[in-house]
Amino acid sequence: MKQWLNPRSTLGITLIVVALVALPFVAAMGGQAWVRILNFAILYVFLALGLNIVVGFAGLLDLGYIAFYAVGAYVYALLASPHFGLHWPFWVILPIGAMVACFFGVLLGSPTLKLRGDYLAIVTLGFGEIIRIFLNNLNAPINVTNGAQGITMIDPVAIGGLKFSGTTQIFGFSLSGPQKYYYLLVALAILVIIINLRLQNSRIGRAWQAIREDEIAAKAVGINTRNIKLLAFAMGASFGGIAGGIFSAMQGFVSPESFSLTESIMILAMVVLGGMGHIPGVILGAVLLSILPEALRYGVGPIQMALFGKMLVDPESVRMLIFGLALVLVMRFKPAGLWPSPERKRELQGDA
Amino acid sequence: MKRRRKAPFPHIAVDLRLMDIFLQQIINGLVQGSIYALVALGYTMVYGIMGLINFAHGEVVMIGTLVTITVAGTMIKAGMPVVLAGFAGISVAVLVCIALGWGLERIAYRPLRNAPRLTPLITAIGMSIVLQNMAMIIWGRNYMTFPPLFPKIQYEFAGANFTAVQVIIVLVSALTMGGLLLLVYRTKLGMAMRATAQNPAVASLMGVNINRVIAAAFVIGSALGAVAGVMVGSYYEIAHYQMGFMLGLKAFTAAVLGGIGNLGGAMAGGILLGLIEALGAGYIGDLTGGFLGSHYQDIFAFIVLIGVLMFKPSGLFGEKTGDRA
Amino acid sequence: MQAKLSLVALSVVAAFALSACGQKEEPKPVAAPVAPAAPAPKPEMVVKLGHVAPMTGPQAHLGKDNENGARLAIEELNAQGLEIGGARIKFELLGEDDQADPKQGSIVAQKLVDAKVNGVIGHLNSGTTIPASKLYSDAGIPQISGSATNPKYTQQGFATAFRVMANDVQQGKALGEFAAKQGVKTVAVVDDRTAYGQGLAEEFKKSALAAGLKVVADEFTNDKATDFKAILTKIKSKKADLVFFGGMDAQGGPMAKQMKELGIKAKFLGGDGVCTPEFMKLGGEATEGNFCSLPGMPLEKLAKGPEFKDKFTKKFGAEIQLYAPYVYDAVMVMADSMKRANSVESAMFLPEIGKTKYDGVTSMIEFDQFGDLKGGAISVYQYKGGKLEYVETLGGGTVAAAVAEVKEAVAEVKDAAKAVAGAATTAGAEAVKAGAEAVKGAAEATKAAVEKK
Repeated sequence: MKQWLNPRSTLGITLIVVALVALPFVAAMGGQAWVRILNFAILYVFLALGLNIVVGFAGLLDLGYIAFYAVGAYVYALLASPHFGLHWPFWVILPIGAMVACFFGVLLGSPTLKLRGDYLAIVTLGFGEIIRIFLNNLNAPINVTNGAQGITMIDPVAIGGLKFSGTTQIFGFSLSGPQKYYYLLVALAILVIIINLRLQNSRIGRAWQAIREDEIAAKAVGINTRNIKLLAFAMGASFGGIAGGIFSAMQGFVSPESFSLTESIMILAMVVLGGMGHIPGVILGAVLLSILPEALRYGVGPIQMALFGKMLVDPESVRMLIFGLALVLVMRFKPAGLWPSPERKRELQGDA
Repeated sequence: MKRRRKAPFPHIAVDLRLMDIFLQQIINGLVQGSIYALVALGYTMVYGIMGLINFAHGEVVMIGTLVTITVAGTMIKAGMPVVLAGFAGISVAVLVCIALGWGLERIAYRPLRNAPRLTPLITAIGMSIVLQNMAMIIWGRNYMTFPPLFPKIQYEFAGANFTAVQVIIVLVSALTMGGLLLLVYRTKLGMAMRATAQNPAVASLMGVNINRVIAAAFVIGSALGAVAGVMVGSYYEIAHYQMGFMLGLKAFTAAVLGGIGNLGGAMAGGILLGLIEALGAGYIGDLTGGFLGSHYQDIFAFIVLIGVLMFKPSGLFGEKTGDRA
Repeated sequence: MQAKLSLVALSVVAAFALSACGQKEEPKPVAAPVAPAAPAPKPEMVVKLGHVAPMTGPQAHLGKDNENGARLAIEELNAQGLEIGGARIKFELLGEDDQADPKQGSIVAQKLVDAKVNGVIGHLNSGTTIPASKLYSDAGIPQISGSATNPKYTQQGFATAFRVMANDVQQGKALGEFAAKQGVKTVAVVDDRTAYGQGLAEEFKKSALAAGLKVVADEFTNDKATDFKAILTKIKSKKADLVFFGGMDAQGGPMAKQMKELGIKAKFLGGDGVCTPEFMKLGGEATEGNFCSLPGMPLEKLAKGPEFKDKFTKKFGAEIQLYAPYVYDAVMVMADSMKRANSVESAMFLPEIGKTKYDGVTSMIEFDQFGDLKGGAISVYQYKGGKLEYVETLGGGTVAAAVAEVKEAVAEVKDAAKAVAGAATTAGAEAVKAGAEAVKGAAEATKAAVEKK
């Protein structure tokens, strides 16, 4: 933590804060869609940071992380929509969502403690699918989740009289819905990042790293590996739950198709691509991977027009192709991720 | 609901009287399972040697199917005999997939052999996305029909129906598995493979060319993928650039269930998975009085998997491995 | 309640649009090409229409089909050289890919809102259409989907949401009635657990039970499956006379095939998802004798159907997959409403969409107060000798009720018009604004629409 507090860092932090405040207005010049893309990027930062606890810190490969996101989203949807006629305020639901997700995290964690590496991966993958399939089917015999039809008309976040959907005027500024969510998300993101930083340097964080490096040695020095692993699952899951709740409120609609396996894989890709276990790296990975496909949406067509004078391949097919190639190339030339933690870098160089 | 006696599971008693239906479900599961097994062998081949989940294997299978459609389909349309067209189609598919597997290894995996464990997993996912979208650009977005390469014969046995293609699928996967076992345990290459799997560094000191052995594993795995692709294609007579993903996932589950890295395990896991799915979808509804139905079909496999792994953390036939994560 | 409010809002806007432009609603469809442009060159105006469908992913083939339908319509409209509000109109299609993912759907919707499109055609899936419809509604942009069949899409109470396709309730109900008429006693229902398949199967079940049929098996698959033998074997053991499938052709085709392989002799019935050339291609001979339904009247029965088919296949070198004609109609309805409103501004022509009476390729298109296709006539077809043969049209009974509803709506429009009659003499935004204040509940919506302009 100390390196954050010297004068140069203070200046840096100030600049970052100014940039964060100004960003939605800059983005809005390119259209509100960019603000929305930013919001999803921050949402993915949440998710990636949550998964980073499990995969990056504790070294447990989790391919079903999206399940917790789904749980959080559905908790919000059920408690703040006409579906059950409940309209609880979001600051009540978010913690509930986090707690329910946390419970599911422990539920997943407890039977899988013995498993290692790829066996754990497939079980978590299965768990993610089980949650999704249940959400998709729990419309009978009792209609809990409304099945594949999803839940519509979910309340937007509201603080006092301030609703987060639609445009409001504050101090002469006109703030659009996505812009308001942006500030909420940034505030929460900063909180999540601070928690993560504190965790990493805490006893628990060191215990996770010890387990990641050598579980048997960790056990030998008196770490209760069972509880510490469960804690990793629980913490990771809670972040997923919070992200899910906000997703629900922002979208106003949830259905199981938002929580497919591909999403889990994407989040894992963000963590690994950015630099596993290194918080700034993970944030970078999440932002890059969530913005890249959208940026390509704007870029592929015009670039083809400029280069060849006509559309050779339709832009939609090329977009995902480039995305896949980018994944491969980054990993090929930066195997430890774009921004790996200093220790990790040293280890790798020692290896090679 | 008819009840005969107060048996502990009255529903089973009722259902098992329909022996032909039960037999039919076993056949369904066996064939589906053989397909899983065939794909799972490809996963396990690569995993056994280098401990890598080749996530793009499902895509290799997909390319195998689509290439066969193009080659055999064109030849049949041009009026050539089906046998010739089928042979040509399968050969070209195998060759293309071999090239693909070799290329995958060279481009996406070999440079990362000393990288952190998750890195090649991400390149594999990246390659999977690339292959899918390339296939979409080449073959288009529509579903395609697979040309009938095998004769359409229907058999009936004790009230259960099955086709020639189904018999061929079960035979092919059994033969492939036998061939692979011979390869791994009776040839020099196989010995090199086992040595590499045990300890690459030591194997290389003993004069094994690791690069070649790993490339061989990929090539063989991909050739198997092509064969699996042809089987899947002829069974369902439908193909699409997205077909590899779910199939790959199921096969991977099967491989883990049997103990990934173990050839016999992949086969057993595949068939077990097929049977669980068929019997689960067929009977769970009646067993639970309609509470759980076939909409939970995909869950049964995972639940069995979790159950097995809780008691045998390395799968049914897997060896106890050290910590790899 | 919300539906009611927006209805009032809609009526107010409608009243003003009518009085302001001083133009009567044209009773006849305006599909005929407009006469060649006047000698003096008129200013050209670009009208942007957004189109959203998945262009990548498992449903990409349908997405491309939809886009082709829209492109065909746009090209024809441009060739006609329409004149609206004194300017020559050039339509431009902004095609977007939502990957059938609700999250992407809302991002893309926002992109279109930013681009200030005049109207939106789509999206393809209900799952992406529903969250996106909120954004379009907030921005006052009219949206017509050619394929989103989930009833909830139009029940949210958005004045901007329309569809030119029967919803799942209308279709499932008609299919249930049809099944009962086939003389079957027991049915098995299979659905693919998507919003579409589940909704359709649910409605079918209700209607079949009401008609005295017995549902002997209730089975499920998913929209990525290829193997249905396990559930079909179970259906075989239950001895169903008819198998109903709520889902798409990519599953339906192989399912029909596997039914044959298992020796199941039951009839096969499905919705619009299996009424495609793709179904026949994938199911091969096994599709013989199968039934399926499409909303509206059959293409062959309608004057413009065969012509559309020819144009489409000639232009794109591909068969119509499924929704292309509906999407084509959606574009045409949008253009038709602009013509009648004599304006391309969303706020001005939106009220006209609700009053559409357009003789489209797929059917006579009229909307009820929710923005759903009125009447909801459903035609049933049978596959015979590799062709779709028309069997019968169902669902006419609901027309009377629908007419009554329209009368009610019209009365409301009149009331609203009276309430603001004083202010309505001058055209333009002022009048609309003043009028909006008069009707309290509707004020906000109208104002937003005007300010948008």
